[in-house]
Amino acid sequence: MAGESQAPEAGAHTEGAMEALHDAAQGGTAAAHATEAAGMPQLDFATFPNQIFWLIVAILAIYFILTRIALPRIAGVLAERKGTITNDIAAAEELKLRAVEAEKAYHKALAEARVEAQKIAAEARAAIKEDLDEATAKADAEISAKTAESAERIAEIRDSAMASVDAVAKDTAAEIVTSLGRPVDAGAVAAAVEAQIKGDA
Amino acid sequence: MAEEAHGGGIQIHPMDQFVVKPLFGGDSVGMLTPTNVTLWLAIAVGVITLLLVVGTRGRAIIPSRAQSVAELAYGFVYKMVEDVAGKDALVFFPYIMTLFMFIVTANMLGLVPMSFTTTSHIAVTAVLALAVFITVTVVGFVKNGTKFLELFWVKSAPLPLRPVLAVIELISYFVRPVSHSIRLGGNMMAGHAVIKVFAGFAAIAAVAPFSILAIVAIYGLELLVAFVQAYVFTILTCVYLKDALHPSH
Repeated sequence: MAGESQAPEAGAHTEGAMEALHDAAQGGTAAAHATEAAGMPQLDFATFPNQIFWLIVAILAIYFILTRIALPRIAGVLAERKGTITNDIAAAEELKLRAVEAEKAYHKALAEARVEAQKIAAEARAAIKEDLDEATAKADAEISAKTAESAERIAEIRDSAMASVDAVAKDTAAEIVTSLGRPVDAGAVAAAVEAQIKGDA
Repeated sequence: MAEEAHGGGIQIHPMDQFVVKPLFGGDSVGMLTPTNVTLWLAIAVGVITLLLVVGTRGRAIIPSRAQSVAELAYGFVYKMVEDVAGKDALVFFPYIMTLFMFIVTANMLGLVPMSFTTTSHIAVTAVLALAVFITVTVVGFVKNGTKFLELFWVKSAPLPLRPVLAVIELISYFVRPVSHSIRLGGNMMAGHAVIKVFAGFAAIAAVAPFSILAIVAIYGLELLVAFVQAYVFTILTCVYLKDALHPSH
């Protein structure tokens, strides 16, 4: 490259032998330099200042971009994420605790309700029993009252029946005596019937 | 050029891809000349900015794809520094992150066809390695004073052996930047050169299928190498830093 471009240049200079010689020498070194570069451009020291200068510029640019913007931002994002995750786990833990508590409260309420229900049932049973007892007592009293009344009426009926029997017996006896053709002595008949009934009784 | 002897007009110039050329014509490469080095360094800076700044602009709790990659890179390097060099080395995390991001991006960009691989140049890797070397040495002396020299005085070895070991340790210490830089530059250069050689052979119809398969295989390998070399450079930096912070063996 450098050698090829410089070689015709060396040919163009034909003013003085010394100068030509000088140029040829220069071309020769340039050509040698070019082959060396073609063989191993890494060892072409002429490019070193350029590479080193731009490398330092690039490294400094990257360093400032990283320290000023990128790294604090990424660190912030990572810390924020870590915080969010920790908070979420804590919140989940708390919710779990609350759920356990709620379950406990539910069970407690259930047990209380059951006790309450048993109490109410017992009360109801007692109230019913009381009512029933009262009603039974009342019914018993009524029954006994009715029985007494009935007994009274039965006695009454019996008395009236007895009286009727008396009358009927007297009448029947008088009729029988009459049909036998004998004069009826009403008083005697009555006395006789009464005596008969009393004797029966 | 031995390859030119194949004839048939095959021109294989595996090293041409590494030539530093001015971007806007001209022959001389001065210190401030914008060259292909400048262009690809700028692209590397642009890609890193795109990934780490534009990619994370959402600051999302649930990250986007670009943000995930940025966080992955951050976590990867952060954990490496913490695990290898210890918690007190985290002050240097931005510095090491810069190194890692630059090397991995430059290596990957080098695999783009027609691109220029900045990290294949010893000038670049030597500056990176020397920066690490100087940083580590300065940190070692600032943090530990003369106790830093205990790094070379192996207390666990028997006393007569210690001076010998000290010489060996001292040599190995000063060889560090050399191996550190040549490992990276050499790997990059060799892989790219081999791909180029196979690409040159692809012009011969008889071997073209094999050549193309070989390019694919080596390209895959080079992807791995590009990452692994960035990783190795970074982890060695962490190891050296650990020596500086805790010099006693």
